[in-house]
Amino acid sequence: MNRLRVLVVDDEIYIRSAIGRTLESLQFPMPDIDETVAFTFEEAGSAEEAIEHIAKNAPPDILLLDLKLPGISGIELLEQMEDSLAETLTVMITAYASIETAVRATKSGAYDFLAKPFTPDELEQVLQKASRHLIVAKQARLLAQEQRQVRFQFLSVLAHELKAPLNAIEGFLNTVIDHTAGNDPAVYEEMLRRCRTRAQYMRKLIIDLLDLTRIESGRKKRNVGEVNIAAVAKRAADTMQGDADARSISITIECDPGLSMCGDAGEIEMVFNNLISNAVKYNKEGGRVDVRCAGQDDTVVIEVADTGIGMSEEEAAQLFESFVRIKNEKTFGILGSGLGLAIVKKVASLYDGGVFLSSVPDQGSAFTVRLHSMKMDLAEGNQ
Amino acid sequence: MNQSEDKRTILLVDDDTDFLFQLQAEFTAAGYEVLTAPNGKQALEVLAGIRPDLCVVDLMMEKADMGFTLCYKIKKKDPSIPVIMVTSVTHETGIDFDATTQEERSWIKADALLDKPVRFEQLQREVTRLLKG
Repeated sequence: MNRLRVLVVDDEIYIRSAIGRTLESLQFPMPDIDETVAFTFEEAGSAEEAIEHIAKNAPPDILLLDLKLPGISGIELLEQMEDSLAETLTVMITAYASIETAVRATKSGAYDFLAKPFTPDELEQVLQKASRHLIVAKQARLLAQEQRQVRFQFLSVLAHELKAPLNAIEGFLNTVIDHTAGNDPAVYEEMLRRCRTRAQYMRKLIIDLLDLTRIESGRKKRNVGEVNIAAVAKRAADTMQGDADARSISITIECDPGLSMCGDAGEIEMVFNNLISNAVKYNKEGGRVDVRCAGQDDTVVIEVADTGIGMSEEEAAQLFESFVRIKNEKTFGILGSGLGLAIVKKVASLYDGGVFLSSVPDQGSAFTVRLHSMKMDLAEGNQ
Repeated sequence: MNQSEDKRTILLVDDDTDFLFQLQAEFTAAGYEVLTAPNGKQALEVLAGIRPDLCVVDLMMEKADMGFTLCYKIKKKDPSIPVIMVTSVTHETGIDFDATTQEERSWIKADALLDKPVRFEQLQREVTRLLKG
């Protein structure tokens, strides 16, 4: 229940009390935005009294203001109180609804008019319109605030993720320049090699971040066409071959060479790149990565299974969030951006699909991604 | 006389493998015996069997404030082991804290606080000071 404060300013006491009676029992359900609105009645017999009332009780949500008042007029009141009434909706009550006064009042911030004499029905209609406007504006403000909060949290985490490699690199450089690690040149060489690796992963983090934000914002230019899945899978596997060979991990691809779907080749390649890269990184020496792709009607299913360290259900549950990286003894020293799976999930949602994970600790994980082929006519609109 | 018995032992705890590598190389070159642990849990396992002369602990580990918890546990186990806490948190969050006053040390449970990236000379000064005291 949302209770809105209504201040009625009119020198005629019977109008005030009539409005008061209507407000008392009035309620508007707003099922579409899940709110019900009711009203609290407050009154003032002159502009002077209203100014005092507002100063004492804070500005009301809705101001029902008679234009013609003894002493300070309604319009003068609006002009005087412009700052404190910034978030108040003003409805003018007037017997002289001329265009000229309407324009003047609107310039001073009136939202609506009510012509005297009015029926309770007319009053209700005006109030319903005004309250809907107020509630929607309030919800929009809350949403904007929430978005700022989320953005701040994201930026704080991002700052930490960018600082970590910089700290490591600067730490190593200090050691090399200050020559504080003894006289074995091999130690210093190893430090420089590690600096390079951290810099490379920092670049990867930035690229992943740009990919993710471009997909999320919908700003990324999509090059939609017929994509050969087997070719994309092979390209992604080739990229990781060096890392796989270094730890004797074999990568196999099982895919009909003619399998294809309509989509953006770059996006689909991101899915393969991230899944195969994870499958190699979190694997054991001498392990296997099996990539299987199958299609049916307009759906392509991609499975990447590894024989790696696997994970617990608890770990799996948080895995697809941005910057979540599972930290335990088994993942110690493995570098990553923490964004790969968030990207995979985002891409899958662009294709009306999803990502599924089954994993057994110490035996391995299998990620399954389901993608729906884009409709060609829709695709053309996107190009 | 066995020379290694004279060596002071330092336990380094950090979830960043490069940070461990850097400090291990430097402390080793400076003549210390160095033990490392990648998280609070393993650090406590090490501490169950060995009493190091000093600990260097990272604030942000598997749980955001694991460094605080670990400091607390080290001090509870043996208040005479000096602990240096290393962190990059203050810059990022704007949260400022220090371990210079007695009151701060009483809740932080660390004897000194240093910012990352660590310069070895500065860290070594703190180590020398704390091992003397």
